[in-house]
Amino acid sequence: MISFEMPKPLVQTSTVVETVAKNMMRPVSRDMDENEHEIPWAYIEFMHTATKALGSSSMAPDETAEKKKEEDPEKKKRPPINYQRLMVMVEMLSWGDAGIYLCTPGGMLGAAAVSAAGTPEQKKRFLSRFTGKEPVFDAMAMTEPQAGSDTSAIRATAVLDEKTNEWILNGEKIFVTAGNKALVDSKGFIVVWASLDLEAGRAGIRSFVIEADTPGCKVTKMEEKMGIRASDTVSIVLQDCRVPYENILGSPTIEKSTKGYKGAMETFDATRPIVAASALGVARAALEFVQEKLAEEGIEIRYGLPRQKMSNLEREVIDMETQLRQAWLLTLKALWMADNKQSNGMVASMSKVKAGKVATVITQKAVELMGPVGYSREFLLEKWFRDAKINDIFEGTGQINLLVVARNILGYRGSQLR
Amino acid sequence: MYSFTPTEEQQMLLDAVKRYAEGDIRPAAREADEQSELPADLIEKGWELGILQASTPEDYNGFGDYSALTGVLAAEGLAYGDLAASLGVMTPNLFVLPILLAGTEEQKKELIPPVIEMEWKAYTAALIEPKFDFDPLDLQTTAVKKGDSILIDGEKTYVPYATDAEKFLIYANLDGITQAFIVPADAEGLIVGEKQKTLGIHAYPLYSLKLEKVKIPVSQQLGGAEGHPMESIQASWHIGLAALALGVAQAAYDYAIEYAKDREVFGVKVAQKQAIAFMLAEMGTDLEATRLLAWEAAWMLDEGKEGAYKQAFLAYNAAVDMVMMVTDRAVQILGGHGYIREHPVEMWMRNGRGFSTFIGLAMV
Repeated sequence: MISFEMPKPLVQTSTVVETVAKNMMRPVSRDMDENEHEIPWAYIEFMHTATKALGSSSMAPDETAEKKKEEDPEKKKRPPINYQRLMVMVEMLSWGDAGIYLCTPGGMLGAAAVSAAGTPEQKKRFLSRFTGKEPVFDAMAMTEPQAGSDTSAIRATAVLDEKTNEWILNGEKIFVTAGNKALVDSKGFIVVWASLDLEAGRAGIRSFVIEADTPGCKVTKMEEKMGIRASDTVSIVLQDCRVPYENILGSPTIEKSTKGYKGAMETFDATRPIVAASALGVARAALEFVQEKLAEEGIEIRYGLPRQKMSNLEREVIDMETQLRQAWLLTLKALWMADNKQSNGMVASMSKVKAGKVATVITQKAVELMGPVGYSREFLLEKWFRDAKINDIFEGTGQINLLVVARNILGYRGSQLR
Repeated sequence: MYSFTPTEEQQMLLDAVKRYAEGDIRPAAREADEQSELPADLIEKGWELGILQASTPEDYNGFGDYSALTGVLAAEGLAYGDLAASLGVMTPNLFVLPILLAGTEEQKKELIPPVIEMEWKAYTAALIEPKFDFDPLDLQTTAVKKGDSILIDGEKTYVPYATDAEKFLIYANLDGITQAFIVPADAEGLIVGEKQKTLGIHAYPLYSLKLEKVKIPVSQQLGGAEGHPMESIQASWHIGLAALALGVAQAAYDYAIEYAKDREVFGVKVAQKQAIAFMLAEMGTDLEATRLLAWEAAWMLDEGKEGAYKQAFLAYNAAVDMVMMVTDRAVQILGGHGYIREHPVEMWMRNGRGFSTFIGLAMV
């Protein structure tokens, strides 16, 4: 039966996280933005303690815990909602502050890659650090100066030294979100994408775990950005960086097919709607700001009027509200499908396309409608305008996601629709 | 818990609707549009699917509970075949649903069974008025109470099947508030005018209607002497049109995909060009997003959730833009062929533009 009833546990999650967003994020939001590269330790410590208290290593769904539950026949079977919970949390935290949200400790994109492609030993070795005394971060290093959305153009290499049984990694990675926190500010790790054989193209690309303090792996630059300034974005140089043989995720043999590469791409099916959720949080913050300002001025939005009789303000606010809900529902469906182990590649990319676009348009419109109030740094709206834009860029630009959607609906492979 | 899966019963109804829409409506649609006439047997066949009957409680001789959600699912399925025929099949909804949603128990018992027990008959409604900024909550047509009677004066347009009507539900302004009144077709002063010629839905018979001191007993006000709220009726207009827009858009979208994957250009298929593929991706995305919003609004209405009326309006707001965008692009993707009446997309585009105007012409 079709239902849009939010499960009770998610309602609770939403309430709890809203308190965090209101009390620990919003009050420091402006300050963190003005002082780029300062680290929101109070928030980090709080979140670390909170997730630890829940017996969890991260906000992300814990596959092993899931399995345990499934094996326990005593426990009443409930529909899985882990990805939906993550959506609620990420949306609310991003409503608080999208930059600070990206500083959340615990397993994020790197851990997701380990969870998706790692062996049980690897999961234990790499993921146990998140439940320790100190907050720990991870990061995903994929983009290179000449390889953005086109990840098949990756030039970083991994060569096996058979004498020592170590991988030797060389190359340069850029735009690594939270790379500094993973490697410098904590004993975390990064997941690096590199080629075993440049001739083999996509089929040769694998991911490797590089832990903090590994010689030959160095953060060389911290970017200064338009928005999400609380979150660090770094360049990393790998120079004869040696990691144990066991740090490769997935099979080291290169097959003719691009199965390994495709497997890596599938992790995006889960992460793209999560980025969408973050975009939605920022957009909601902006929309609520507009609605509050209008209410203060005693301006009522009259729903149900024919467009011929609406004011421009009403038309715009109603459109913003409509589009935000549309994107929210697409995102929910993508993650509901992920929870129910349904193939969600198309809806996942749809949600990212829609949310990325909606968040940029809503924040832009909001600044426009709020005039000098919107443009002023006295309020957070102009910051949300800057924060929102990243969502149409990272985790696949709007255009790349549109390409994924198009291939899906047309049943085309990459070679048929470039 | 969230879920996006229809019930088994809903699925069975949807399968039947799909067979009818694809097997009966679609093949008849172009001819109906050209001839400006809907075949009566086509409408009767759609009526026999029992969509409205399934949404009418047993107390009024139906066989189910009212469900906006089931209505939305079925309406989309119908409109996938053709909009004019869907509106034809659903015309009695315009009479029955307001009574079901806002009528007195007596009115329900008296007025609903004769409609839903019989073959399809023209039970219809008159809402729209001939002015550009027509507003259902600010009507020019007036209703004035005089003793035990009500006098209705005004001018209506886009009144479906007015010449064949058994009974009308006529909306008028009573002391500044929109109210509906049950008016027999032979009422004195009720004058059916010209058949209206419109941009789209040529096959759907629409008429103008003049009301000159039409006199009815006070008991014929919907909801009785105390009248009725308009919110649930409005929501049903909004959600009904949103559902039909989904069907029209889905038809155009599917047609455009098929064409684009077949047509060669510069040595590849049209669909292999990003300019076309991206259009299709955006069409598919907005279609799905709008469908979810319409489902959510319908679900909220069924569950009596706070904000349901507003959500229905948002769904309509989304659908109006989505269906225009999708049908326009379908024509664009077919290029010159899209403009030729051999293909259905130009008809769908003309029909698509109507959703901003059709308030009051569909209910679920």
